[in-house]
Amino acid sequence: MSIELNARIPEGPIERKWERAKFEMKLVNPANKRKHSVIVVGSGLAGASAAATMSELGYRVKCFCFQDSPRRAHSIAAQGGINAAKNYQNDGDSVFRLFYDTVKGGDFRAREANVYRLAEISVQIIDQAVAQGVPFAREYGGLLDNRSFGGAQVSRTFYARGQTGQQLLLGAYQALEKEINAGGVTMFPRTEMLDLVVVDGRARGIITRNLVTGAVESHAADAVVLASGGYGNVFFLSTNAKGSNCTAIWRAHKRGAAFANPCYTQIHPTCIPVSGDHQSKLTLMSESLRNDGRVWVPKQKGDQRPPNQIPVEERDYYLERRYPSFGNLVPRDVASRNAKEQCDSGHGVGPGGYGVYLDFRDAISRLGEARIRERYGNLFEMYQRITDEDPYHVPMRIYPAVHYTMGGLWVDYNLMSTIPGLHVIGEANFSDHGANRLGASALMQGLADGYFVIPLTIGNYLAQGGLTPVTEEHPAFAVARAGVEARTARLLATRGSRTVDSFHRELGQLMWNKCGMARTAEGLREALDEIPRLREQYWRDVNVPGSGDSLNQSLEKAGRVADHFELAELMCRDALHREESCGGHFRVEHQTPDGEALRDDEAFAYVAAWEHRGDDAEPVLHREPLAFEQVHLTQRSYK
Amino acid sequence: MNLTLRVWRQPGPSVPGRLERYEAADISPDMSFLEMLDVVNEQLAVAGQEPIAFDHDCREGICGMCSLMINGVAHGPMKGTATCQLHMRSFTDGDEILIEPFRAGAFPVLRDLCVDRTALDRVIQAGGFISARTGAAPDGNATPVAKVDADRAMDAAACIGCGACVAACPNGSASLFTAAKVSHLGLLPQGQPERLRRVLRMVDQMDQEGFGGCTLYGECMEACPKEISIDFITRMNGDYLRASLSAGEPRT
Repeated sequence: MSIELNARIPEGPIERKWERAKFEMKLVNPANKRKHSVIVVGSGLAGASAAATMSELGYRVKCFCFQDSPRRAHSIAAQGGINAAKNYQNDGDSVFRLFYDTVKGGDFRAREANVYRLAEISVQIIDQAVAQGVPFAREYGGLLDNRSFGGAQVSRTFYARGQTGQQLLLGAYQALEKEINAGGVTMFPRTEMLDLVVVDGRARGIITRNLVTGAVESHAADAVVLASGGYGNVFFLSTNAKGSNCTAIWRAHKRGAAFANPCYTQIHPTCIPVSGDHQSKLTLMSESLRNDGRVWVPKQKGDQRPPNQIPVEERDYYLERRYPSFGNLVPRDVASRNAKEQCDSGHGVGPGGYGVYLDFRDAISRLGEARIRERYGNLFEMYQRITDEDPYHVPMRIYPAVHYTMGGLWVDYNLMSTIPGLHVIGEANFSDHGANRLGASALMQGLADGYFVIPLTIGNYLAQGGLTPVTEEHPAFAVARAGVEARTARLLATRGSRTVDSFHRELGQLMWNKCGMARTAEGLREALDEIPRLREQYWRDVNVPGSGDSLNQSLEKAGRVADHFELAELMCRDALHREESCGGHFRVEHQTPDGEALRDDEAFAYVAAWEHRGDDAEPVLHREPLAFEQVHLTQRSYK
Repeated sequence: MNLTLRVWRQPGPSVPGRLERYEAADISPDMSFLEMLDVVNEQLAVAGQEPIAFDHDCREGICGMCSLMINGVAHGPMKGTATCQLHMRSFTDGDEILIEPFRAGAFPVLRDLCVDRTALDRVIQAGGFISARTGAAPDGNATPVAKVDADRAMDAAACIGCGACVAACPNGSASLFTAAKVSHLGLLPQGQPERLRRVLRMVDQMDQEGFGGCTLYGECMEACPKEISIDFITRMNGDYLRASLSAGEPRT
């Protein structure tokens, strides 16, 4: 069986494609919707909004999350804002400009039709969120306020202090709770998906483990929607929540869903630097800080003077110097790579020299401390709590960290994977951000997929019929359950000498060094050699204490790390095959004379979708060619 | 620094628990409190013992999953700080630290330091939302909202749902949690149509879940990692009174 990549992009001019798709969709009449069941895995922006909206339409929804409440999903940690082409600022924004910026920001590796739809829907998201009571920042006249963000020259970002993700998630969570109360959604917190069940070639259910009792359970449905987020935790240290993991999408991949562009990872430029070996995660400082903060390093290598004693003429505001038109607001990949270059060349600051300054002195003298406090107060507090330094008086120290994964399961225009009935939304899919995501676009995509796309496209899938009745009694469930139970038993039985975390840290370090901000063919080959060895050692020597029939956090981690190992290998394989640099994927061999990413559009203007062919077989690469009809392929320039 | 921990261990919901003593050696003051527990857990795992179960996720002070009573104080000694953002520099070498779960009648212990807080979700289910079905919304700028109201709504909406207010309250009341949501939505024009029905239903649900009543001790506000003001409880009580007196407000 070989998979076929049919993107199902509607015909017609780009601005009519979504309208046309909606018109051509098959519909499920209201009475029949009640007869259909849908499983949603994950309760972040994408999952909660999808579950709530599908329930409003009448579908019977089961929603799963591993946290103790759907409100904990990691969307909650997004700080800066959400983009929308409202043009409330009258600064020349439009749906086409948001589309253009996103395609360019993604370094021409996204599917144009999907991005255009995203830009189109962006305006509805703001309306929906306001109606739900999301307390966006407002001007004195009572209208919505906007701020600017990296990779754009217009102000189109809506925000709620530094807690935009929290407020949008709570909006979606409250809509979800409303539907739980109405009986349309059954919620399963502290429950983790451990396998996908495929019957007659269609996704018909999942196998879960109740994280409190350890019970392994079967859930059947007419369609499955994965909204389980990204896989940045492959790197161990990332800005992801500790529980964020790739298990749902990886298990689906192993059941036949192609995995697209796994090497596209985003390294966020403004995170708090690592302080020691004990570090368990990295903390992001919103990109919105770059609106008012200026990035610099000392001109003199190894300058040990306190920052406030370094005079202006001895500072190198390197982003403003190299990119005069975008300055500190260059996209994330560019900002991160530049920070790395500065530190690698000996200009870094702070312990170990892995940091650059983000300085608010000029903004504070221009606007006053009160205005800065109003804009970023909670971020400054968070920085001070972690570092014990006061950013109102001492510049912040920042360094890039793994933040977001643009890659994910391959989906067509209807957000369906290569397994019929399996849909993938939000960060878990690959669709809209190409090789680099612009700031304030993740929230936009999660909610566009969840509120406005999947509730319609799922109907189109269900209305086409051909679904035979399947219950949890079907033999495919028993087989999948037995597999899950055997794997759990094996992890518990090993009783080796090393903890799960020690393996995870080692894998993360390896990936950061070999498949991080700068990649070489040599390093990637080494990683492809080392990862299977480490994985083999893991299964032989991991120590998972406790039992499987109760709350066991070591066991939860152990299963996730086992999947991280397998995905890490595919990431390196994808990074090695892509002999070009684009967005977050920077191959040292492929750069312009002044160190910018050098794409090869002749050879690599495609989506790389990998097919799993078994644990002992090489994955097979399938290509979806990308056509750029609206935005002309050019080298990105932010100068 | 070296510390002695006394930690609540409880194998399951229906099994009695007890305090166990652990030594935490070579702790860096730059570690977060949870990273200190990670270190202890690594040592326990290597020694073949079961690690201490504790809830946590984002470790950025926003998801609300971390909890812990630290020396009898919800989220520990630092004001306006969730446990995950508390750093060991707040302690001194040689300290003995008592670590317990958030305790309340409505928060049964699941294991060790993990408690079941789904009662808070059910309070939201009862009415903590604006019924705005997807797709029906007018333009975002159609209804201006005075900046003071939007800011005040945001102050209330900052609640992370951790339950520290409940754990800190001598009555085990969830009034601050409930009031924050009642006020967030009640301060906005979009929240007006359901305002009275919302407060009645949420307060009723809070009572049904076994949370205690509010007698304005004010401990909740002290423990709240987002420093949400107790003024919102007064506001909720006003709304509740008005809703109770107004005819025709169905409770269910």
